[in-house]
Amino acid sequence: MNQFQYSRVTHSNAAVSAVSKEKAAMFIAGGTNLIDLMKRGIVNPTRLVDINRVPLNEIKTEGNSLIIGALALNGPVAESKLVTEKFPLLAQALNAGASAQIRNMATIGGNMLQRTRCPYFYDTTMPCNKREPGTGCGALEGFNRMHAIFGFSDQCIAVHPSDMSVALAALDASVLVIGPKGERRIPFTDFHRLPGDKPQIDTNLQAGELITSVTIPDNGFNKNVHYLKVRDRTSYAFALVSVAAALQIEKNTIRDARLAMGGVAHKPWRLTEAEKFLIGKPVSEASFSEAAKIAMQGAKAFKYNTYKLTLAPNSIVQALKVAAKLV
Amino acid sequence: MNKLFFDKVIGDPLNRVDGRMKVTGAAKYSAEYQLPNLVHAVVVPSTITKGRIKSVDSKAALRSPGVLAVISHENAIKVPGNADNEHPTEPPTGGQPLRAFYNNKVYFNGQPIAIVIADTLERAQYAAGLVKFEYDQDKHVTDFELNKGKGVLPEKAKKDPKSSLADYDRGVVDAYKTAAVTVEAEYIHPTEVHNPMELQAITAYWETDDKLTVYDKVQGTKPTQQAFAKEWNLPVQNVKVISEFVGGAFGNGLHNWPHETAAIIAAKMVKRPVKLMLRREHMFYMVGYRPYTWQQIGMGASADGKITGISHIAIGQTSTYEEFTESTVQQTKMMYASPNVSTRYRILPLDVSTPIWMRGPGEATGAFALECAMDELAFALNMDPIQFRLANYTDEDPEKKLPWSTKYLKECLEVGAEKIGWSKRSMKPGGLRAGEWLVGYGMGVGTFGAHRGAAAVRGRLLANGTIIFQSAVTDIGPGTGTAMVQIASEHIGIAPDKITFQLGNSDFPQAPNQGGSATVATVGSAVVATCNAIKEKLLTMAPTAEKRFANAKMEEILFDNGQMSLLKSPSIKVSYTNILKKNSLTEIDIIQDAKPDDESNKYSKYSFSVHFVQVHVHPTTGQVKVNKVVTCADAGKIVNKKTAGNQLIGGVTGGIGMALMEDAIIDHRFGRYITKDFADYHVPVHADVPQIEVYFVDKPDYIVDPMGTKGLGEIAIIGVAPAVANAVFNATGKRIRQLPITPDKLI
Repeated sequence: MNQFQYSRVTHSNAAVSAVSKEKAAMFIAGGTNLIDLMKRGIVNPTRLVDINRVPLNEIKTEGNSLIIGALALNGPVAESKLVTEKFPLLAQALNAGASAQIRNMATIGGNMLQRTRCPYFYDTTMPCNKREPGTGCGALEGFNRMHAIFGFSDQCIAVHPSDMSVALAALDASVLVIGPKGERRIPFTDFHRLPGDKPQIDTNLQAGELITSVTIPDNGFNKNVHYLKVRDRTSYAFALVSVAAALQIEKNTIRDARLAMGGVAHKPWRLTEAEKFLIGKPVSEASFSEAAKIAMQGAKAFKYNTYKLTLAPNSIVQALKVAAKLV
Repeated sequence: MNKLFFDKVIGDPLNRVDGRMKVTGAAKYSAEYQLPNLVHAVVVPSTITKGRIKSVDSKAALRSPGVLAVISHENAIKVPGNADNEHPTEPPTGGQPLRAFYNNKVYFNGQPIAIVIADTLERAQYAAGLVKFEYDQDKHVTDFELNKGKGVLPEKAKKDPKSSLADYDRGVVDAYKTAAVTVEAEYIHPTEVHNPMELQAITAYWETDDKLTVYDKVQGTKPTQQAFAKEWNLPVQNVKVISEFVGGAFGNGLHNWPHETAAIIAAKMVKRPVKLMLRREHMFYMVGYRPYTWQQIGMGASADGKITGISHIAIGQTSTYEEFTESTVQQTKMMYASPNVSTRYRILPLDVSTPIWMRGPGEATGAFALECAMDELAFALNMDPIQFRLANYTDEDPEKKLPWSTKYLKECLEVGAEKIGWSKRSMKPGGLRAGEWLVGYGMGVGTFGAHRGAAAVRGRLLANGTIIFQSAVTDIGPGTGTAMVQIASEHIGIAPDKITFQLGNSDFPQAPNQGGSATVATVGSAVVATCNAIKEKLLTMAPTAEKRFANAKMEEILFDNGQMSLLKSPSIKVSYTNILKKNSLTEIDIIQDAKPDDESNKYSKYSFSVHFVQVHVHPTTGQVKVNKVVTCADAGKIVNKKTAGNQLIGGVTGGIGMALMEDAIIDHRFGRYITKDFADYHVPVHADVPQIEVYFVDKPDYIVDPMGTKGLGEIAIIGVAPAVANAVFNATGKRIRQLPITPDKLI
């Protein structure tokens, strides 16, 4: 770990100005990912600006929307009645992530900003364009069992590891940020970006911008939802594939649908075409299979992750079946 | 069959004598000794896989605050006992252990090539990142699959055709090929890493220039003492090894590794005690692992299910500088009554670090292949797998042609089948469901030699009626001290709470490594011998305190509750304390040794286990849930059903990891591990471990040792992975022959 300065702020404006002043300064909240990255020499901030005392941990409703402060912790958010009653999909996704200990440290803002778990990213002796642009992608020709089947580039085939973000992408969430130029709101599906030729940049946040809250509109997806996470062990493992599925059903007909996948792309992978297809269709395995087929269009696998071409559609069908209470 | 032999693991098992110390933090592990002037060390691993270090640039590290030294092959003091040879050819089987900082050669990725010493751990860690190396890189070979044709017969087998590693033929080679029903299959077991909770750690301290003390995480204080005495050309008594508590080891403390010598070199050079604890990542390549092993089994049987031939080939990975071998094909030689059996064992040297025995070692790897093949053949015969095993049951060891000392495998099979609900199993794969999940049942048999070695134990009966025992043995987790207190209590007639068993110190009497499931038999026998010697002594001194013992013979006396009494006239009695007092003694102090007798060589001695597993498999996502496990063990007399049950549960949990998740993967382009932390290298979490029911036959085997015990630690894991794989087949009809069985292999 490199040496760094540490300062603590109690207001979001102070946080933004402290980080904006120094090129390699970073915010720190729960630190469950950042500290690991620093210990391994993957990120080397010159200053950590501790935002834990900025009052941004409220969970509240405004009108029909749910607003979660960026510093609210994953564990308490998953247990909050406001979340479990109206947005159970989010609660399920949060509980599918990490371990209880980590969920009690990690913040909502930090969860979105966690870096990929690609082993080439984590090993500083290996090539990785995300860690060190221009060194190449270790995973492209390497051990890519955990890697992307959508939206990758020849620069980077890593996937985003967050479960929570998959649910937020499905639920039409938006992210409120404050920066040197003031506040702005980013639709969740635009928050993360695809690697393209700049895989070192994970999100569309600008320099100095701080996440202050996440808003989820109440679209009525509280009854028929399911977050399915397929992984190598039952807990504390990243997804091979995950699916956030939410349906509104009336008389065995799908009135509205939300669908997103995790573990398949550099960002939470919202499946809007499949959603559109499902609207008006009968609740049946056949409808779900057809939606999964649509969702998989354009998927391409690498040497060790061809199984995802089967597992992903199977998981979509399974998640929809559970959401629709067919199983 | 008499089911009275079995007891569910309840009853009145003694709590661990050190349990309170462990849960309160009072137990001191190797990294927890705070010596005066202690400094901290961090090892620097190589980042290339093969080649030579051209130069070491330690200038920046040395300028860094608090740094005392940067030690590499360029400046390390010479280790006097190191053989001065470029091409090692020494035992154990071939090659020799890697010598720390011996020369500029790099043999594997992650080889410790420097050690940085600083006044605090953080400063040492920081400076370690500043040491830079230039290399001349050579082309490396780490890909087992591409090179498995290059497997070689181990040196030991070349020198000794009678070695258990040599080619073995009973009857006709490849006789299975002409059988009525045959199976042929290849099985792959990936590299697995011990990964005990406690990281490898050593605190090294040179009291004087020729007196060394190490607090070291090892499985044997005496073997380590010998190794360091040899390495540093010191009289054995000048080396003291303390390993009082070991937080799990599973075999990786059965070898002394370069980081240990590196810390000792550093302590000598900075003239201060040096503490070194490895990082989790280092555990993957600095302290051994279960080697990647490829196996092929051909097996044939008559139509009525009698095995007519088995051919088993196993190739295990080793390093280029040291031959590691294990008994991968042993179970095939002795488990089933086939007239024709051939085994071939080869090792494949690669540019990797040396493997070391990992729980159940080669036997567990071999059992994966053998017990899966048994299941495959049973299926091909349309026979129940238990009936198939009973049809090929052996009442004597077909390899050694000797009677078993004891064997209660049939009892294990019967009870296990009943407890798992085997009768519900469908012969046809995929025949059972629970909701949408496919349900399958599988079983696997495990066996391991019931070994016993030589050991000595010191016993000091004190004037207050308490007794202290000492042995150099370590306790890597099974509860050795607790078991020894129980054995002693029974044999000396003193209540457990008045008995102390001290261990983990090379100043104490001789004990071998804790490994190979031999500790209770080996050290327990010495405890019994010491108790007997003390009783003899008490008998000779008793008349001074109570005249009526004058002509008493040993067999006429009951030793119990701190006193001796005449069996025929129990009112004639005298306490141990009174005997000491009347003889004006403050204590009786005796060291007694014990070793197996020749009589036991007339028998074949093995422990046996059967694991029954019920799995649920999701038909479309491939997720496997082990829903229930029943394990039955024939491990002789069980000394402590609580700690023994604990061992079985731990072994089964390790077996679930082996079956479903553990996989240390190397990217062969770089020769580096890809999965080298607990995020990428999966071991079971609580949610993966179901109810595990354990049952013991609990019948003594007095041929192995005077307590009637047989080893338990290894058979806890041997046979678990094939039981899971067989259950997955029974659920899905998919035969997964390459571990681990992850969801991607089942969709």
